[in-house]
Amino acid sequence: RFHNLQELRHSASLANKVFLQRDYSDGTTCRFQTKFPSELESRIERPLFEDTVKRLNIYYAEAEKMGGQSYLEGCLACATAYLIFLCMETRYEKVLKKIGRYIQEQNEKIYAPRGLLITDPIERGMRVIEISIYEDRGSSGSCSGSSSTSGSSAR
Amino acid sequence: MLHLRVAEPMRECEYSQISTRSSTPMETPYKKRIPKRRKWQAFPGRNKFYCNGRIMMARQTGVFYLTLVLILVTSGLFFAFDCPFLSMQITPAIPVIGGVLFVFVLGTLFRTSFSDPGVLPRATPDEAADLERQIDVANGSSSGYRPPPRTREVVINGQTVKLKYCFTCKIFRPPRASHCSLCDNCVERFDHHCPWVGNCVGKRNYRFFYMFILSLSFLTIFIFAFVITHVILRSHRYGFLNTLKDSPASVLEVVVCFFSVWSIVGLSGFHTYLISSNQTTNEDIKGSWSSKRGKGNYNPYSYGNIFTNCCAALCGPLPPSLIDRRGFVQLDTPQPITPTNGITMYGSTQSQSHMAAATPLLQSEPVILTDEAFLPGRTSLGGPCSGALPLGGHPTPPTSTPNLSCDNDMLPLRNEQSDGLRHHHTDGGHHHFLTPEEAPSPPGMLPCGSPLGHSHTIQGFYNPASQDSLHEDSVRGLVKLSSV
Repeated sequence: RFHNLQELRHSASLANKVFLQRDYSDGTTCRFQTKFPSELESRIERPLFEDTVKRLNIYYAEAEKMGGQSYLEGCLACATAYLIFLCMETRYEKVLKKIGRYIQEQNEKIYAPRGLLITDPIERGMRVIEISIYEDRGSSGSCSGSSSTSGSSAR
Repeated sequence: MLHLRVAEPMRECEYSQISTRSSTPMETPYKKRIPKRRKWQAFPGRNKFYCNGRIMMARQTGVFYLTLVLILVTSGLFFAFDCPFLSMQITPAIPVIGGVLFVFVLGTLFRTSFSDPGVLPRATPDEAADLERQIDVANGSSSGYRPPPRTREVVINGQTVKLKYCFTCKIFRPPRASHCSLCDNCVERFDHHCPWVGNCVGKRNYRFFYMFILSLSFLTIFIFAFVITHVILRSHRYGFLNTLKDSPASVLEVVVCFFSVWSIVGLSGFHTYLISSNQTTNEDIKGSWSSKRGKGNYNPYSYGNIFTNCCAALCGPLPPSLIDRRGFVQLDTPQPITPTNGITMYGSTQSQSHMAAATPLLQSEPVILTDEAFLPGRTSLGGPCSGALPLGGHPTPPTSTPNLSCDNDMLPLRNEQSDGLRHHHTDGGHHHFLTPEEAPSPPGMLPCGSPLGHSHTIQGFYNPASQDSLHEDSVRGLVKLSSV
C-alpha cells in the first residue's frame, strides 16, 4: 500500500503498537522473543518478520560476545585508564550502529511498504522491539488522523 | 487503539527516531521558541547530574567527598612528609610507585562514581499499557480481593528465575536487576548502592569499583608499610620521640591506614570471591544460589570456572548507557511515566491500601506519607506485616529516608542498608547490615509475619525498604486470609 516512508508519513496515521519483549531464557544477554504477534498477521509475512528478529538477535549476540577481541579491548582499555575510549568507540557501540543501519534498511525495504515501522530497541532502553502499525488515513474509520489530546488513551 | 499525544503522528516514523544518537529534535514552526532540553534534565530518577549530563551521581554525595578527602589527605601527607626521607634512604622508586597507585585509585574512583551504573530507563506509556494488558489477560479479570502479584518465570540454564514487575519503572525487571530506592532507578546487574562512591554499583561500573577497592587496598598497605618503615628508620637515627616531633603526619597516616586496611582489604577479598563465582552482593546476601536453599540450587549465570567468571566481569564488553543523558528530549516522542510525589496512577488502590496499612507500624517515621485513612478491614488481616511495606510500592520514598535499598524477588531479609558510614563493608564482612539503631523499626515490631507465615525469613532484621517483594507477600497473605 505504501511505497516508501515518505508516503507513509503523509498519508497514514498510527493505529497500534506491538511490543516484542526480551527473551531471558539465555540469561541476561540481549535477545528478543521471536513469537509472531497476532496483530501483524494480516500485515506481514511471518518468515520475513522472523528473519528480521533473528538477525537482530544475532547482532546483539555478536555485540555481547566474550571472546579474544573483547578481552583484548578490555585489557587495553584498562591499561590506558580507559582514556582510549575518547578516541575509539567500543565494539559494542560499533555493532549498535550496524544494528541501527540494519533496522533503517529493513524499514525502508520491507516494513514501510506494509505500513509498519520498527523502532530501534536502544531508543526503548533495550527492553522491547516496538513495531508501530499505521493505517491509511482515508481507509480506516476508527482511528482518524491527529489527536491533540495529551497522553495516550488505550481503548 | 492508541493515539499518541502528537499533533502530527507521522513524526513517529521520521528517520531521526531510528538513529541511535539523534541530537536535534524536529524543528517545527510552533516549537521553535521552546528551548531544547537535554534528557538528563527530565530524568525521573533521583540522581544528580553535573557537567551538562556527563557526570551522574546519587543524590547524597557527602560520604563520597569524605572518601575523596581521606584519600587525598593521607596520600598528600605521605608524599610530603615521608617520601623525601624514603626516597633518599631507600629508593626514589617509592614515591613513583605510590604516585602511580594514587592516580589509579583516583581514576577508578571517579569512573565508578561518575558513570551510569546501568540504569534501565522507565517504560514509555505505551509499553506500560501493553504490559498491563498482558498481565490482566494472564491473571484473568481481577474480581478478587486484589490483583495477584506480578511475576514472570523464566528458566535460565535449568534454574527457574522469577522476574518481578517494578511498579515504579513499569517494567518486568531483567534477571539480576534490582530497583535501588535511594536512586529510584532499576539498575542492571545491581550489586549494591555504595555511599562511599556516591553511586550505585551495577553492570556498567562494577569493574571500576572492583579495581578501585583493589588498588586502594594496595595503596593503603603501601602507605602503611612505608610510613612504618620511615618511622623505624628515623627512630634508629634520631630517637622515637624526635621522629614523632619531626613528622607528626606519620602518626595520622598510620592511624587512618590501620583502620582502613581491615575494611578495604576485607572488601576486596569479598568481591574477589563474588567475581570468581559470578554473583552480585545482592544475590550473596540473600543466598539466592546457595545450596542451603535446596539441593538443585546453583548459580545459572556462572560460567563454571573461575577464570572465565573473572574475565567476564572485568574484561567483558562494556555496554553503553541506555539512558542517553545528553540527548535532547524529543517533544513528540513518548516520555516515560514519572511518578508524582503522591500516588501514581497505576495500581493506586493497591498502593494506597498498603500505605494505609503501613500507618500503624511506621507512625514514628517522619517520612512516611501516612495521611490516608486507615482501613480497618485490611489491617486486621494484614496486621503489621503489610505495614512492613516501607513506604508503599510507590510512591517513591521522600529523600529524607536514609537507608532503604530495595531488592527484588524475595523477602528482604538481610537487605543492605547504606547510610553514611554504615556501609555494608565497613567490617570486611558481608553479614552485618543493620545494627539495631539503623533499622527503622525495632525488631520487636515484627511479630507480623507469623500469622501469615513469612516471619521465619525475617531474622531479627527488619528492612522495610523492599517495596515489591513485601508488597507481593503481604498481598498473598491477605488473599490467603480473605479466602477463608
